[in-house]
Amino acid sequence: MSEKTVKLIYFAWVRERIGTGQEEVSLPAEVESVRDLLLWLRERGEGYGDALKYPEAIRVAINQEHVGHHEPLAGAREIALFPPMTGG
Amino acid sequence: MGVLEPVVRIQAEDFDTAAEIGRLTEGRADVGAVVTFSGLCRDEAGTLAALELEHYPGMAEAEIARIARQAIERWPLLGLTAIHRHGRIEPGENIVLVVAASSHRQAAFEAASFLMDFLKTRAPFWKKEHRRDGSAGDWVEAMEADEAAAKLWNPRA
Repeated sequence: MSEKTVKLIYFAWVRERIGTGQEEVSLPAEVESVRDLLLWLRERGEGYGDALKYPEAIRVAINQEHVGHHEPLAGAREIALFPPMTGG
Repeated sequence: MGVLEPVVRIQAEDFDTAAEIGRLTEGRADVGAVVTFSGLCRDEAGTLAALELEHYPGMAEAEIARIARQAIERWPLLGLTAIHRHGRIEPGENIVLVVAASSHRQAAFEAASFLMDFLKTRAPFWKKEHRRDGSAGDWVEAMEADEAAAKLWNPRA
């Protein structure tokens, strides 16, 4: 299986800690689920480690719909990572 | 008659609650009940200068529309509107508006409450505080009570 490119988008303190609002990344084939992605990203640098220190606290949307951490990444074009929401 | 389509708007500018009620009731005589909920920015005992509301463009509209369609499936509504602002909002200003119209009040009250409970926990918005004393503000933390309120609508889920 080849690497695939996805757009990652970050919001609120996840965005601030990582230091960018969005980026394109090539995911290795072994990154198959949301949980795999969070653990893989966490190792990319200090900001990522800081943002994703408690991966279970991070909410994720694939193609603009909420998903759980066991969701496979197959078909994902846009993956957003963010803290619990505080609108309203 | 087709299925009711909710009105969902995400905008920086303020909204006019009376005009939004009028939009759902004008030119018809079957609406017997309109419930509105307005969420405003508090000053937190004078310490808050403003809230900065960040949102996920595209998903914010889509997610609120998904919640609104669930409300339309669950209650016999004649109109449903949700408007959420983003950007810098000062104490006393509006943040969010929900308007639910129905023949009878119970459906309108319940649908408005349902929409707000899920909007709080599922609509991609985040509030950051700007303090009056100029110190760095924090991101507002999500409240467990909001999650609990949303869960009560689907007790077996």
